[in-house]
Amino acid sequence: MNWQGWAEIAFTIGLAVVLGWPIGLYLARVWEGRSTWLDPVLQPVERVLYAACGVDPNKGQGWMTFTAAFLSFNAAGFVVLYGILRLQGLLPLNPTHFTGMSPHLAFNTAVSFVTNTNWQSYGGESTVSNLSQMAGLTVQNFVSAASGIAVAAALARAFAANRGSSVGNFWVDLTRATLYLLLPLSIVFAIVLVALGIPQTLAAHVDAVTLEGAKQGISVGPVASQEIIKQLGTNGGGFFNANSAHPFENPNAWTNLIEEVAMNTVSFACVIAFGVVAMARKEARALLATMVVILAGAASTIYASEMLRTPALVEAAHVVAAPNMEGKEVRFGAPSAAVWTAMTTGASDGGVNSSIESMTPLGGGTALLMIKLGEILPGGVGSGLYGIVVMAVIAVFIAGLMVGRTPEYLGKKIEAREVKFAVLSTLILPASILGFAAVAAVLPVALKTVSASGPHGLTEMLYAYSSAVGNNGSAFAGLNANTPWWDTTLALAMGLGRFAYVVPVMAMAGALVAKPKLTPTAGTLPTDGLQFVGLLLGVILILGGLQYFPPLALGPVVEHFQMLHAIGH
Amino acid sequence: MLSQLRASVVSIIFFVVLTGLLYPMAITGIGQVAFPNQANGSLIRLTGGRIVGSQLIAQAFAGAGYLHPRGSSAGNGYDATNSSASNLGPMDPKLKDRIAKDAAALRAENPETEIPADAVTQSGSGLDPDVSPENAAFQAPRIARARDLPLSTVQAVIARNTHGPALGFIGQPYVNVLAVNLALDGNTH
Repeated sequence: MNWQGWAEIAFTIGLAVVLGWPIGLYLARVWEGRSTWLDPVLQPVERVLYAACGVDPNKGQGWMTFTAAFLSFNAAGFVVLYGILRLQGLLPLNPTHFTGMSPHLAFNTAVSFVTNTNWQSYGGESTVSNLSQMAGLTVQNFVSAASGIAVAAALARAFAANRGSSVGNFWVDLTRATLYLLLPLSIVFAIVLVALGIPQTLAAHVDAVTLEGAKQGISVGPVASQEIIKQLGTNGGGFFNANSAHPFENPNAWTNLIEEVAMNTVSFACVIAFGVVAMARKEARALLATMVVILAGAASTIYASEMLRTPALVEAAHVVAAPNMEGKEVRFGAPSAAVWTAMTTGASDGGVNSSIESMTPLGGGTALLMIKLGEILPGGVGSGLYGIVVMAVIAVFIAGLMVGRTPEYLGKKIEAREVKFAVLSTLILPASILGFAAVAAVLPVALKTVSASGPHGLTEMLYAYSSAVGNNGSAFAGLNANTPWWDTTLALAMGLGRFAYVVPVMAMAGALVAKPKLTPTAGTLPTDGLQFVGLLLGVILILGGLQYFPPLALGPVVEHFQMLHAIGH
Repeated sequence: MLSQLRASVVSIIFFVVLTGLLYPMAITGIGQVAFPNQANGSLIRLTGGRIVGSQLIAQAFAGAGYLHPRGSSAGNGYDATNSSASNLGPMDPKLKDRIAKDAAALRAENPETEIPADAVTQSGSGLDPDVSPENAAFQAPRIARARDLPLSTVQAVIARNTHGPALGFIGQPYVNVLAVNLALDGNTH
């Protein structure tokens, strides 16, 4: 480990937080419908769209209508994407003549992109046409992210309201998040990424004759336009099979930095915007601090672990045995891989710039833990915010039990109804992850495509379901998931992780919006200071950590000690 | 509910057209005009027009007079239509066997120097276009012998194609393999 490595990690996370601030203040304007400098161009577009949709943008929705709109839009998105993937062989912009995806692969991929997971059962450059990449996957990269942002906006309004009923209008939130935030940022940075070396062409294939005279086919395509929204929307599904380890998705240190910052900064911005809209800026800063503490801890742990000597290199003798370069690109090395992996698993992005399967047990194990902590550090765009607010509600409830007072959060009394919904949403995650993984661990049809045996094989399966339920999408890629069993169960897990989580969160928002907004008294637990950060950290680590401690012990922890034993410690 | 359905259908069509067609087409247009080299894959053409590959994509080199890239699990090796890592865990016996075999071959070629880690490991994409400066230095004596060149000439070519981290601390130093080999062959492009 050296100072450059630590400086890179600190700089990358710091930049994502710092840029999240102005973006968050801007996002608050977008949520509240205040004027922005893009109004002259975008307001006419908005008006036409709302008219065509039959939506009155000034009419608010109650939580049930808002949720119905969210679910209905996602269902429509699923149908369109599934259709495109199945029929891509008959559709234009398919220069390499790929056939349609199999039903189970198309089902998995469509659910995956609609739920903002972007699990890759498909191999990008070998199965997906340019039309599917653009009109299929890229579209969901935008709108699944915007759907998450819409739910976050609704929750912010619920905390702001004083005996209200409306949580906003889903159609307006969806449209404005896409038009005012995601699309302008994507246009600017897609062009920057092309300038830095990422291809952007409608061709799909180039034939080269190498210096030694061999033929080499090279896949290209409209990569840059998808790469940037893949990160900004915490989607993570790659244009190529190797995702952002591929030199065309991520050619150098600058593109790597842009992509890392892009995959966390909008999630931080959602927290800042929440603080503005819910009139709780200090409390929002406490949430942000909690996120950064765990994120930085995870990046440091992975960095330290990837600098360990690994058994295969030690045994080969006369080889420099560290860092663990298996699965890592030379231009990135251990520090870039470490900070990327912490940010991608903390943020439900799921893009990778190195092979997580080949990481040291504690490196890959930390990635797994970050997903299991609930994808709230800083979490997906929008979903990270509503996830950590759920944790904060549970934290004030526990604190309230300890001192014997009715808890409050951001001026709202937290009573039985809210706590039930909060706990219900957090229970979806362990129930689905552990349930599915337990079944897979004893089912021959599932075990057939698990590549490793022993603790590493267990980690592969745990990681797959954690990644799916957490809507992350990264993988221990030794597991071949493109089989009917894995495609189908992972798709169900992704759907549960997204929709069975959002519905109770929206129900909680519906309960909160109707309550009076109280002014804090001397008896109110402060939720903006270090004490609360500590409490929230404790709740996240205990809830997330203890639920999964047994499988983590049997997977990465056992393997870590096996590895130390193998290198003679 | 019917009103939500109408809004769903209309807005998904709107977003497919806007973000799925207009946006990528616009970026393609701008990219092709402003940065044609990068937008088409940073391809390298020799003076006769032959495309020898991409500056960003590893290709196989077996000759002793060339700098060798890292090993590859992309397809059957260096297949730029099938990117992939080895996806072998750190305790996997297959990884141990592969590294032992590759290290033995390298030791025969240069017994004096310790083998750099990136020379016996594979990258995340299988298409890593670079090697570490230590790896290039390790191979330099073999290249010089095969080409009957002074070692210092080979080292100078490597040094010219070595790049440091961005701002001195972001990313790692690297040597582009294809650029070195083109320079060794005296090709202009």
